[in-house]
Amino acid sequence: MCKRFVSIWFRYLTTDWFIIRQPHLRNTPFVLSAPSHGRMIVTAANALAESQGVYRGIVLADARAIISGLHFINDRPGLVEKLLKRIAEWCIRFTPFAAIDLPDGIILDVTGCPHLWGGEDPYLNDIVNRLSRRGYHVQAGIADTIGAAWAVARFGKQLNIISKGQTIEALFPLPVAALRLEAVTIASLNKLGLLQIKPLISMPRSALRRRFGNHIVQRLNQALGLEEEILQPVQPIEPYNERLPCIEPIVTAAGIEIALQRLLDALCPRLQQDQKGLRTACFKGYRVDGKIDQVDIATNRPSCNVNHLYKLFEIKLQTIEPGLGIELFVLDAPKVEDHVAEQEKLWEVKGGLDDIRFSELIDHLTGKFGSNTIHRFLPDEHYWPERSIKPASSLQEKATTEWRLNTPRPIQVLPKPEHIEVTAPVPDYPPMNFRYKGKLHKIIKADGPERIEQEWWLQEGQHRDYYAVEDEEGCRYWLFRSGHYDEKYEWFIHGFFA
Amino acid sequence: MLLLTIVETSKFELRLSRQSTIHYITNAKNFSNLQLMPFSKANIMAQLQKEILPLQGNKHIAGVGDFDAGLNLIKHAFPNASFPLGAIHEFFCNGAEDVSATGGFISGILSAIMQTGGVSIWISSSRMVFPPALKSFGIEPEKIIFITLQKEKEIFWALEESLRCEGVAAVIAETTGMSFTASRRLQLAVEQSRVTGFIIRQNPVNLATACVTRWKVTHLPIIAHDDLPGLGYPRWNIELLKVRNGTPGNWQLEWAAGRFRHSYKLASINLEKQRKAG
Repeated sequence: MCKRFVSIWFRYLTTDWFIIRQPHLRNTPFVLSAPSHGRMIVTAANALAESQGVYRGIVLADARAIISGLHFINDRPGLVEKLLKRIAEWCIRFTPFAAIDLPDGIILDVTGCPHLWGGEDPYLNDIVNRLSRRGYHVQAGIADTIGAAWAVARFGKQLNIISKGQTIEALFPLPVAALRLEAVTIASLNKLGLLQIKPLISMPRSALRRRFGNHIVQRLNQALGLEEEILQPVQPIEPYNERLPCIEPIVTAAGIEIALQRLLDALCPRLQQDQKGLRTACFKGYRVDGKIDQVDIATNRPSCNVNHLYKLFEIKLQTIEPGLGIELFVLDAPKVEDHVAEQEKLWEVKGGLDDIRFSELIDHLTGKFGSNTIHRFLPDEHYWPERSIKPASSLQEKATTEWRLNTPRPIQVLPKPEHIEVTAPVPDYPPMNFRYKGKLHKIIKADGPERIEQEWWLQEGQHRDYYAVEDEEGCRYWLFRSGHYDEKYEWFIHGFFA
Repeated sequence: MLLLTIVETSKFELRLSRQSTIHYITNAKNFSNLQLMPFSKANIMAQLQKEILPLQGNKHIAGVGDFDAGLNLIKHAFPNASFPLGAIHEFFCNGAEDVSATGGFISGILSAIMQTGGVSIWISSSRMVFPPALKSFGIEPEKIIFITLQKEKEIFWALEESLRCEGVAAVIAETTGMSFTASRRLQLAVEQSRVTGFIIRQNPVNLATACVTRWKVTHLPIIAHDDLPGLGYPRWNIELLKVRNGTPGNWQLEWAAGRFRHSYKLASINLEKQRKAG
């Protein structure tokens, strides 16, 4: 789907704000100033001052020499961010996705919004008119990409609409500064006679990159929509969220359970309709005394099954302390994934890792005990026994390598090899007997040695010579000697064979 | 006398199933037919026994015929000559060596249960099971979920929840204490879900449980010394201490080439060899 963006440019953002607050400044030239390197620098000038030759960036003393009796106000640090954030939040009335574009703009992702105002023209008109009426000097543009919208907002007329697919043609006549480049790059481009974007577009990208760095190529691609640009919305969008305000504060467990049930009954059909399933959910209770009680759950597979989700929450509901009462319940689903119910019915596997009943059981157990108690293991490409298995990150993860069958492995392995006393003939024979936990085991049969070297790129230390031995009772052990005979060596027990 | 026995057994049925008349008639019919055959008493007894089994929770699972879990050699110890699925089996152990022997024996049975692509859960208090070893027993180790829990209460909660889930093939739990009530709960859970449960109990204190079978698996020491090097196949002495409606027994088995087989074969070969040499 083709995206549409609006860029709003506030030409005199801070001075406009001062004029709104102090209307008598409207007809006087004034500047904002801030100390920098031991002198006062003009950080913003209003339209009147600009018309008389005072610009942002010059020293205040110079400005006062140009305009005698120039009114100046101390600038406030962080004012621009604060104003832009406030305006961006206000802009959420136009689209849910509004982002700040420092130093002097706002970007809105308006995909699918303008038709509610009867088209892009009245939509943009409404934005500009509303902001102008409040006293801001505003220019806005609408285009397929953020870069193009930014360019036409600043270098076009007051109302600029680049219709779908017309980006390149619209960018041709604009100056190179419209590409959001650094001042140095703009200056060197101008020096070379490249005043418009048109010649730049036809130039080979490698030549541009070599001459002016990667930034110019990136900006050009962003303006043309060849490269994705990421925006940080002022309010993160959580589309799957349900609220249940209560007339009377809820204090009982039964009340909380009913609230949860109602929220799930509202949320799950919505998810189902959008063919989504939630992976994480968060149930919040806003208490009368201002505190928030929260319960989180997570699932292994996307789910919109009310009963299953209710069961997951149920285990943790006791942790909610209603205190004086809960007046608002909110159910959020921050992480949702595509989940096609019909398809699942068709492909439903009985009794495998993909079985829904099984994954619901694992969710249930994870919810009760935490994910660090539940493991599934896959083979790893290491000979060192401790590293030969790795925990799988999900139920769906597949093994990248085969399980090794050529060497015998004990069914039980001690978490850490334990030191044992051994009598063994030198140099490489299996032990004759060993003492483990105070009991002497006489060895009747043995297999080995199987030498496993340290993986030097991971860990330093001595190799291990493994022996599988059987004592007179038939019990089988996995022993190893770490190190060579002629050097320092030790014997360990590492496991029990079946 | 013979007739009296049947009538008595049918009365027992009457108390159990309240479908006495039908049973009585069928039994009487069978009786008239069977009277002509030799060993008719044994036949009738077997017939009646078969009807009682489902009432005692040993239900036949649809689609599973004579399931012997690879234990073809000892299947006659079990009711219906098939390894009881959808039941709780308990294993007594003393020490880590016994646990590993039991683990190996269970893995052998598990490989048959999981053949249809099922998933199993292994619950224990300390994770000692080494997944690569399970592969040599014919199990896909990635199809086993290991759950490590410290408290006995938590282990039983997880065990019961897992046994209730129909999407699981089998559940193995390592624990020590199990009360009679807990074992009843587990047995009731599996009767619903038809999941098979294996409970490995180390140094058990309480012996009264509602489990269908009780086993003790220990390593089998070498009987005849031979000159063959190496350890050979895993060998166990398997004691079936208790089996509901079956006959307990004692066997020496080993796991070779993906199935169980009698261990004495090897010993007899050795004896032959010795005889030849002598």
